[in-house]
Amino acid sequence: MKCRSLIAFLLVLCAFTLTGAQEGIGPPDSISADSTRGDSILPPAPVGNLKAWDTDDDHGHSVTLEWEISSDDGAGQNSVLSYEIFRWTPFFMDTLKGIRNSLAQTEAYIAELQAFLPRAKKRLKVHRKGEPGVGFADSVAFYVDTIAASERWLPLHKDRLGQLRRERAQAIDMIPQAHKSYPEQGEWRKVGTALSGQTSYVDAGVKEKVSGDYLADHADYYYRVDAVTADSTIRTSSEIAGPVQSYGQFFNTGRIPVFVAVIVFTFLTVFFVTKARRGADLYVRPLAGIEAVDDAIGRATEMGKPILYVLGLGTAADIGTIASFTILGRVAKRVAEYQTKLIVPCYDPIVMTVAQEIVKSAYLDAGRPDDYYEDIVYFVTQSQFAYVAAVNGTMLRELPATNMYMGVFFAESLILAETGALAGSIQIAGTDQVAQLPFFIVACDYTLIGEELYAASAYLGREPILLGSLKAQDYAKAAVMVLALLGLIAVNLDWTAFTDLFVVAK
Amino acid sequence: MRRQIPLMLVFIFGIFMIFQYFVPHESSEWIYEFLLDWIYIIGIFALALGIWSLIRVSVAKIKAHKSGWGYPIITLAGLFLMILFGFTGYRDGSWGFYFMTAEGLSNPMFRHFFDYIMIPIQSTMFALLAFFIASAAYRAFRARNIMASLLLVAALVVMLRFNPYLGPIGPVIADTASWLLNVPNLAAKRAIIIGVGLGMVATSLKIILGIERGYLGKG
Repeated sequence: MKCRSLIAFLLVLCAFTLTGAQEGIGPPDSISADSTRGDSILPPAPVGNLKAWDTDDDHGHSVTLEWEISSDDGAGQNSVLSYEIFRWTPFFMDTLKGIRNSLAQTEAYIAELQAFLPRAKKRLKVHRKGEPGVGFADSVAFYVDTIAASERWLPLHKDRLGQLRRERAQAIDMIPQAHKSYPEQGEWRKVGTALSGQTSYVDAGVKEKVSGDYLADHADYYYRVDAVTADSTIRTSSEIAGPVQSYGQFFNTGRIPVFVAVIVFTFLTVFFVTKARRGADLYVRPLAGIEAVDDAIGRATEMGKPILYVLGLGTAADIGTIASFTILGRVAKRVAEYQTKLIVPCYDPIVMTVAQEIVKSAYLDAGRPDDYYEDIVYFVTQSQFAYVAAVNGTMLRELPATNMYMGVFFAESLILAETGALAGSIQIAGTDQVAQLPFFIVACDYTLIGEELYAASAYLGREPILLGSLKAQDYAKAAVMVLALLGLIAVNLDWTAFTDLFVVAK
Repeated sequence: MRRQIPLMLVFIFGIFMIFQYFVPHESSEWIYEFLLDWIYIIGIFALALGIWSLIRVSVAKIKAHKSGWGYPIITLAGLFLMILFGFTGYRDGSWGFYFMTAEGLSNPMFRHFFDYIMIPIQSTMFALLAFFIASAAYRAFRARNIMASLLLVAALVVMLRFNPYLGPIGPVIADTASWLLNVPNLAAKRAIIIGVGLGMVATSLKIILGIERGYLGKG
């Protein structure tokens, strides 16, 4: 019994090995629907209704294929293992490939020459300085000749590089023309594989013209799909789909829900801002963290200790950091009025530059430009934990009365906040990073949660125009709550028409 | 004019960025990538300003003999030594300065300073987090009132879910912990995320429309 199992296993192994070896053979050049090499496997039924079209909502360079599976895929003979996708490719593409290869070789050669020349010159210098001895004259002469030859060759190769680049650009422009020669002067080439049961494939090229995977827009492409069996030579080709051209779209229809939401929200914001401008009294609920800012600055003044303001690890492009800039401006103005010391260590040099300008303007607005000095805001490092170490050191040495953490924070949030708590400072934090909120809530006296950070500048200034945008946010949140409730009902009642309205493409 | 030009630039590029999100065309992508490149360019110049700021602050501290004035000496020594090692390399049997190639990255002193000083120090700072989590958890979970007690109970349930010695109540604890994480916790998190999203859009609009000017140094 054991022996029979072993023989059966060996046979299966042989079959797999043979299949693997056959897979190594390239795809057949022609459609082989009548190919009957294997005794037991018959050619499968072809895929049906093959369609090809430009991929929707993209930048182009991509074609989508769709088909109905072969009747021998999962049924009938059940012999289809995969589908191979072929695109008709003109021989001209080989010429382009040749130009690309020559270009790559020339570029590599020039880089090598450019790296070699300074080294050779250095060696020559060393040889000339050395004591004349056996072979001295030979080595000096060798380096002199080699350098002279390299310097002669380098411009020639650079000219050749320029010429090849021009040839490549011309060849790329000719791709659409070359595809018009179908079915002459070209052949079918495999571009991908889909597993059995799959009914679609996206032939996505890249948009970079220098890449070998570049798929030109506005060229006529033709496709066929082969249903492939375990014996890869036994296959059946589909009908040919094409010509199809890829091109980029000017509007991503998959993002219509976002577009509508942006329009509605913009309208709400403009409406409430206009209303606020006309003098409408808008109520916004008080935020304890914001109201504590003035008290915290007053406390620092009474104690004669500084205020530490940390802008976080965000860049100047993060909304959290931009919101923090606004709060810093308000805080700096109060600090200047009370003549308290402010310390702003920065993680990002761009953030530092912007923060310096903000603090300078705040001191000017407060009528105390003489109190401002550039080192109030300074750069520390762009290494996360080195920054934490520096700020913690400042906290423990300067013992600030108040620490403010406003902006984008990551793992350093708790280390900073706990050190501040140990130093006995009043701490006010605000971040839009949900994962860091629990740490700040635990270790700080006041925390601005998420959007409260963005709202803080409006609260601090109490300017009606800024308060108007807060009202718009409140109404948008109410709308989201209503829609979430409706979505809940729709999902449970299987109203896909409603839920599909909110599906957004990437 | 000093304020008008930045506001105008913010408006133009802000509106472009909004439309860019809805336009997948290659030309739109090209402009987007071109604009993003500017961030790197500005960043490089700003880094020089940053390093200058660091040197100035450190030198001022050393000169004034402020408390902990020894640390800036180490900071400056580290800064200049790493620059020196980073540009020094060994090639073709001799040492030299290499400003355009990456020889400096394989300089043994550069590697040793990075691998045996920088990385252990950074790991030490990160490891402090474990102790800070313990002290923060102790403060947070003290049962001072009903809400704090609820927090304590929830935290205990979540912490116990991986305990293998709970016997028959193990699965109950695990299910309860999963429910706590996936229902009330996730609901609160999503509410915050929706609020953050709306806040971001509102703040962006305020900046693009010139309503919010705090980042320019004027409230």
